[in-house]
Amino acid sequence: MHSSKTTTPPSALWSRDTLTRVPFTVYDDPSVYQTEQERLFHGPTWNYLCLEADISETGSYLTTFVGETPVVVVRDDDGEIYAFENRCSHRGALIALEKSGKADNFQCVYHAWSYNRQGELTGIAFENGVKGKGGMPASFDKSAHNPRPLRIAVYCGLVFGSFSEDVPSIEEYLGDEICERIERVLHKPVEVIGRFTQALPNNWKLYFENVKDSYHASLLHLFFTTFELNRLSQRGGVIIDESGGHHVSYSMIDREAEKDASYKEQGLRSDTENYRLKDPTLLAGFEEYDDGVTLQILSVFPGFVLQQIQNCLAIRQVLPRGTGRTELNWTYIGYTDDTPEQRETRLKQSNLIGPAGFISMEDGAVGGFVQRGIAGARELEAIVEMGGDSAESSEGRATEASIRGFWKAYRQYMSA
Amino acid sequence: MTDLMQLCAFNAAYANTIDSDALEIWPTYFTEICHYRVTHIENEREGLAAGIVYANSRAMLEDRISALREANIYERHSYRHMIGMPLITASSDDAIEASTPFMVARIMHTGQTELFATGSYQDKFVRTDGKLLLSRRVAVCDSTVTDTLLALPL
Repeated sequence: MHSSKTTTPPSALWSRDTLTRVPFTVYDDPSVYQTEQERLFHGPTWNYLCLEADISETGSYLTTFVGETPVVVVRDDDGEIYAFENRCSHRGALIALEKSGKADNFQCVYHAWSYNRQGELTGIAFENGVKGKGGMPASFDKSAHNPRPLRIAVYCGLVFGSFSEDVPSIEEYLGDEICERIERVLHKPVEVIGRFTQALPNNWKLYFENVKDSYHASLLHLFFTTFELNRLSQRGGVIIDESGGHHVSYSMIDREAEKDASYKEQGLRSDTENYRLKDPTLLAGFEEYDDGVTLQILSVFPGFVLQQIQNCLAIRQVLPRGTGRTELNWTYIGYTDDTPEQRETRLKQSNLIGPAGFISMEDGAVGGFVQRGIAGARELEAIVEMGGDSAESSEGRATEASIRGFWKAYRQYMSA
Repeated sequence: MTDLMQLCAFNAAYANTIDSDALEIWPTYFTEICHYRVTHIENEREGLAAGIVYANSRAMLEDRISALREANIYERHSYRHMIGMPLITASSDDAIEASTPFMVARIMHTGQTELFATGSYQDKFVRTDGKLLLSRRVAVCDSTVTDTLLALPL
């Protein structure tokens, strides 16, 4: 889906054919931003729209965005989910103004053009004129003037949409390893326990890179280290899909090492009595997955994150809002069959995440530090070379392979 | 003092504690077992229980301050609270419930000042030894959006 509006050939941004350098200009150039809207968000990608649980009843709808394009997502009485651009075919006004609701159909407030739940233009006010005067010409074909529809894919209760006809199936898009890791968390029905939006003072890519950056975690986020909450007997790694665009980073209990380390660990902890949590129930959790994985951060290109930090589960939707602004929508979830105790645990652990999260508040600010830092450095580049130059799955955290994976996919879409 | 004056005095001291960076004092406004939460009006309307800050003990509030002092990294900034007149919704010998509007400006070290949050405190105060303490304070923000991050408490 190319457009002739593109002004900067994206390939020209990169001076060298390496994934280890990122030109700073990609974070603030309006023409790059415009090209992203066309080639990524309107291109053959799957964009997270909502949870199936958000629109569980016939006629339930919500409004969200694909890139910066407003869309309506709605469940029709055939039980299927439909999505279409939230833009009246007539003059371009928003069709639906509310964040969510229930509707039999949609009517633009401006001139009362109406649409059914599948996004088809069904009615034009005064179509035949008033008293034989005015009205639309008989040749006007309503069915040729629907707002642009999206293809929909539902996977594990997640609703994705795409403006592209060429996008592969969601399973193919994600690949087996990512599918497995999504299913691991979303293997049974979930319900929303809170929604929060964080306005980030930076380009959307800086946040998405941050999500994929396993290198920064223990350096920027000191909560676990300060309170001696890290487990020595952990191992982890990153999984990167073939496209490079999706990733999983994880930590898990190393059962063997735990046997050896637990003694030492205890000794270490008691040495730092001052920095123990006064109320350790904040992190008191329960084991709900039998694989020992205590942390799993999963991203799907171009703007979806699924997070399991112990028992704290959340979905994050990353939406661009101009070159230097991003909206991060947090949806905190639990399982519908949570016991009251399990739910309370999730609520307490949610102190770790979100705009005030003990281990995530820094992420809200650090993108802005970059955005401000690069203000006079458009011709220069960022270095993304930890762990070499490849974008492949690896063990350990001292690598920027997932970030290189992002740029691999990004460059592919932008130059396609 | 009347209930109303007591609540006003309480809130004035509460605001001053946060705005003058005496954060270690902040947990002492709460009972040992308490509920403190920061959320917004839409979650509240839908009955969604989560908060961006969620505490059910004074110790948890103390931990939040320790984390801010020792662990979390954020640009230096301060708040200015303007706390309005409490609307007392229930009052007995033991407890007072009130809804009180607030506005909080955030002043960054760069000089940038902006309206950071508006909302209302949904409070339950208990009287112990002639003194009021919060057994519950839910800061319900009017906006669903938090700019950049929330470090200092509301």
